[in-house]
Amino acid sequence: MPYAAGVDVGSTQTKAIVVDDTSAIVGRSLIPTGANVVEAAENAFRAALDESGAAESDIGFVIGTGYGRYKVEFGDAQVTEIVCHARGATQMFPDTRTVLDMGGQDTKAIRVGSGGHVLDFCMNDKCAAGTGRFLQSAAAALSLDLSELGPTALRGQRPVTISTTCTVFAESEVLSWLARGKKIEDILLGVHQSIGNRSFGLLRRVGIEQQTTFSGGVTRNQAMVEVLNEMLGAKLNVSPESHFMGALGAAFLALERMNGAGQSVAASAEASIEEARE
Amino acid sequence: MRYTAGIDIGSVHTKAAIIGPGGQVVGTGIQATGFRLEEAAQATFEQALDVAGLDPKQVAYLATTGFGRNLISFRDIQITDLTAQSWGARSLFPDTRTVLDVGGQTVKAMRLDERGRVRSFRLNDKCAAGTGAFLEKTAHYLGYGVEEIGALVDRSTQAVPISGVCAVFAESEVINHLTQGEAPADIMHGAMVSLIERSVRLMKRVQMEPEFTLVGGIMRFPTMVRVMRENLGEGVNVPPEEIVQFTAAIGGAILAGRRLEKLEAPRAATA
Repeated sequence: MPYAAGVDVGSTQTKAIVVDDTSAIVGRSLIPTGANVVEAAENAFRAALDESGAAESDIGFVIGTGYGRYKVEFGDAQVTEIVCHARGATQMFPDTRTVLDMGGQDTKAIRVGSGGHVLDFCMNDKCAAGTGRFLQSAAAALSLDLSELGPTALRGQRPVTISTTCTVFAESEVLSWLARGKKIEDILLGVHQSIGNRSFGLLRRVGIEQQTTFSGGVTRNQAMVEVLNEMLGAKLNVSPESHFMGALGAAFLALERMNGAGQSVAASAEASIEEARE
Repeated sequence: MRYTAGIDIGSVHTKAAIIGPGGQVVGTGIQATGFRLEEAAQATFEQALDVAGLDPKQVAYLATTGFGRNLISFRDIQITDLTAQSWGARSLFPDTRTVLDVGGQTVKAMRLDERGRVRSFRLNDKCAAGTGAFLEKTAHYLGYGVEEIGALVDRSTQAVPISGVCAVFAESEVINHLTQGEAPADIMHGAMVSLIERSVRLMKRVQMEPEFTLVGGIMRFPTMVRVMRENLGEGVNVPPEEIVQFTAAIGGAILAGRRLEKLEAPRAATA
């Protein structure tokens, strides 16, 4: 039985997905990217392969995506993470028209057409404000684990206003609120709202059309989901696979290419991105 | 004998300076600002008093400046950062026309006219790139402390290009350079060059002209000053290491003295 795989080498984490020829997910893995990007891609792929039970020779096509996509040395093709997130999101939630991808070091808003192709996108790539890194800094400042942030923020009643934009300065602002006697949950709710505001700005720049699908690592944070739902006035599509959306999209595209159908789809998607960039 | 004091409550450090009747600096004190501004101000003032061998009663007037200037209860007057900084810089270098102040979380460029009035200024306190925090973060990613930056960068032979757009993204850049075998000293040097490029851009936006006076803690690093000189050419002043962080506090103390003179002038006239 033939399989296809997608490997998403992100700034913080590397994700790999193996799908069978019915588009069912049969293997997945998630590891920190670390300093050796080539190795991270290799290890993530092996781990997903192990879980799937497939042999390497059964994998017909591999697509690399994410910032380290050219380090996926065993990949058959590279596709930008924008195309992959759009593809993954529309496969999981066919009525998706807007995608918000919140990763470790960047946040992207993507507008997609009915066929899952990219119409427009914009991203936060010059500055870490409004990305997962902002949450990491807050967690470090409060000596909390990243996984505790969401549940703690959800208990917040009176959120503080985080005035700093820069992630570096936010760390000291969080501590100064703490020193002024604010509750951790209210500070954290303020942190989530500050990130939400910046993401909402990105979404508005591409134009928000429902449904909106949330992807990337921060989707596991329930407080972030609720803050965004409130700002959007609608419920975001989120699934347990949202964290893997880039790798999933890559795997689905790989499956199409393996079957000889996807070449033109991916190529036109890339072309539309070039257009959007200009 | 009469003394005045200035306390500069900065975003990262609080600095106090006491000056004597002739304008000479007789004592300074510095510590991290933290979150209790009044305590930090009090502690640095006491340090400065100790150094000067003075009793608090001998200090006739006390000015505060910096972001926390309004929150200090024992002040006699508060003075804006820009005014204090321009007076401090001109007391050391009377022909100063442009001041660059690189602080822990802010960077300020200002242009002065021939009488020392602030004609134009630009400020960055929104983004850590371009402030002292950028060097601190870079040092941290390299595994060094702030106090080691000077010695580290002195060993550099050539700067590694660092984009310097974001202090957070610098981490991946630093790690990439390290894995490619670049020396930490050269990476630190590159971070300094990128910070200087940002500073010079800020100075250009206030239509900088010589003489330039550079202040702030990071001007203690010789490499920093050397690269600044390479960028600015002639007419670069840097205060001596022991007061380079205290210029705003000194300016505050000078203005405290002038205020006191004004307050006493009518009394002297009627007496």
